[in-house]
Amino acid sequence: MDNFDYTTFLREKKFPLIWCAGCGHGIIMKAILRAVGRVGWDQNDTVMVSGIGCSSRMPGYVDMNTLHTTHGRAIPFATGVKMANPDLHVIVITGDGDATAIGGNHFIHAARRNIDLTVVLLNNTIYGMTGGQVSPTTPRGKKASTASFGNVEAPFNISGLAQAAGASFVARGTAYGAVQLSKYIEKGLLKKGLSVIEAMSPCPTVFGRRNKMKSPVEMYDELRDQSVPVKKAATMSEVELEDKIVTGVLTDVDKPEYTAEYAKLIAKLGGSA
Amino acid sequence: MPVTKRNPRVRVMTGNEACAEAALAAGLKFFGGYPITPSSEIAEELSTKLPASGGKFIQMEDEIAAMGSVIGASLAGAKSMTATSGPGFSLKQENIGYACLTEVPCVIVNVMRGGPSTGLPTMPQQSDVMQARWGTHGDHPIIVLVPQSVAETVELTIRAFHLTEKYRIPVILLMDETVGHISEKITLPDPAEVKIYERQKPTVSPDEYLPYKHTESDIPEMASFGTGYRFHVTGLCHDQTGFPTNDPVEIEKQMLRINRKLERYRDDIIEVETAGDADAEIGVFAYGSTARSAKRAMLMAQEKGIKVSFLRPRTMWPFPDREVLAMGEAVKKIVVPEMNLGQVAHEIEWAVRGKAEVVKVNKINGEPISPIEILAAIEKAVQ
Repeated sequence: MDNFDYTTFLREKKFPLIWCAGCGHGIIMKAILRAVGRVGWDQNDTVMVSGIGCSSRMPGYVDMNTLHTTHGRAIPFATGVKMANPDLHVIVITGDGDATAIGGNHFIHAARRNIDLTVVLLNNTIYGMTGGQVSPTTPRGKKASTASFGNVEAPFNISGLAQAAGASFVARGTAYGAVQLSKYIEKGLLKKGLSVIEAMSPCPTVFGRRNKMKSPVEMYDELRDQSVPVKKAATMSEVELEDKIVTGVLTDVDKPEYTAEYAKLIAKLGGSA
Repeated sequence: MPVTKRNPRVRVMTGNEACAEAALAAGLKFFGGYPITPSSEIAEELSTKLPASGGKFIQMEDEIAAMGSVIGASLAGAKSMTATSGPGFSLKQENIGYACLTEVPCVIVNVMRGGPSTGLPTMPQQSDVMQARWGTHGDHPIIVLVPQSVAETVELTIRAFHLTEKYRIPVILLMDETVGHISEKITLPDPAEVKIYERQKPTVSPDEYLPYKHTESDIPEMASFGTGYRFHVTGLCHDQTGFPTNDPVEIEKQMLRINRKLERYRDDIIEVETAGDADAEIGVFAYGSTARSAKRAMLMAQEKGIKVSFLRPRTMWPFPDREVLAMGEAVKKIVVPEMNLGQVAHEIEWAVRGKAEVVKVNKINGEPISPIEILAAIEKAVQ
């Protein structure tokens, strides 16, 4: 990457990171910070809001207005921040369990409402912080501390969920393809409306270890091998796409954004904020 | 008949409507809610009146989200509120605890209906008194105000904002269904004359700012997001910097400080009404709409020659234990009518330390307690 100075956006005093060796979250954090740097947001006007879990520890390391909330509730807190002060840029950091299990209701309603938040969802297909329990995105058959014999449930397609619920921007990237991921995040930051960037992140410690993935390197190789650009995916069958990760911008549409619509209502009623 | 000009602030309205009006007068800028009987009129009123005054209203996807949005808005600098009832109050407890630990000012209205569970959506009870104090997990400070009428709902709604902004402690306005739905003539306050405390903004530069500093007052200065003070807020136990800590010394300092605020400022927070005979042998302690039946019962007893004293908390928590003890030392028995199975009576038994006998008058069938029922208890108590 060019001459981007990460230290502007980092609270280096809080290092070392809580994340394990081989975890993709640090790579994704850098991808986010590069994107924020490129769009030129002032850290004083940017708020990073998270829930609970490994990914949600990110705001602690980021030098912005940071809010580490309750499990699954980052989006509601972020909604309040954005409504009270629509001039603030609001980024939500969440995980697969945080956003689609306990926080699933908030996730779909934020998409429906199309409020101007950028949700970066770090999907490591497991509950990492609590010790490797099965999550809503754990693939069928994979082992977890609460699925010793292999997961018998079907996983969510998180990006598909966001698209169906009405998000105006949805993209999927991986910690392997960090440069592309950062570009998707940049587009999401600039989008007026609810943006969801699903970032696949390997968890060697509690997912890889249980699922016979010998090393973090092997997990990153697998991410690379599973990734299929969205254009190529369009030419492939459903069977061919099984176990694949479709990457790229999946949805990018313009539709009414919530805080802008609310500002119009205030203006119509003659109120002044 | 000459037509006299009506004072537009003299109105007949319900407690719920009055709560919404008073919140606006107090400077409410954000309301996040979710429909639930018997509190919904508060949200309905504010959904039209907040945007008209430049504020923001949002109906969230559930009660948990509503409470989260209120905390987020308050951190962005807006005076914030939500309103709910029984089951919704249960759902809000998770994030109420967050507001307690992170000291984010906010007002939570709970219009009590019958419980547990779906219970009696359109009928009154006062069975959330203990939940209001201890509904969220962990030792935490909280302030709970209990209005008895529409007029007092106006006063205490404004006071709720005053106290939460001043002490950075969430305030619960604990109405009951009767207060929420009764229609009474009131005079609304002139917003220009409503003076409430505004949260203390930082007096130091961003470099020197510690969001949870141990100050002489025990109340840290509070910056808003977007004002150049880039601080961290977490529901984890934290030190003065706001970042998580596992240091037992730092944890204890913060936990004792946030809880100490209640006791230290109790005399400013606690308000009670006293009435009746100074030389009474029977005391009556009642709150919310039940207090109005209780006061009537006191007058009826006095007409029969029974001397009765009366104590009514406007602040339920922190509990007015010294005021209750004073009553316990003056009378032989304290009659405690409440629309639950004795939640506050037990607190009174603790507060009077055996100095007086506590006589419970309880009802949980969805009907209010009548003056006759309380009078009967008073008459029995003097025998």
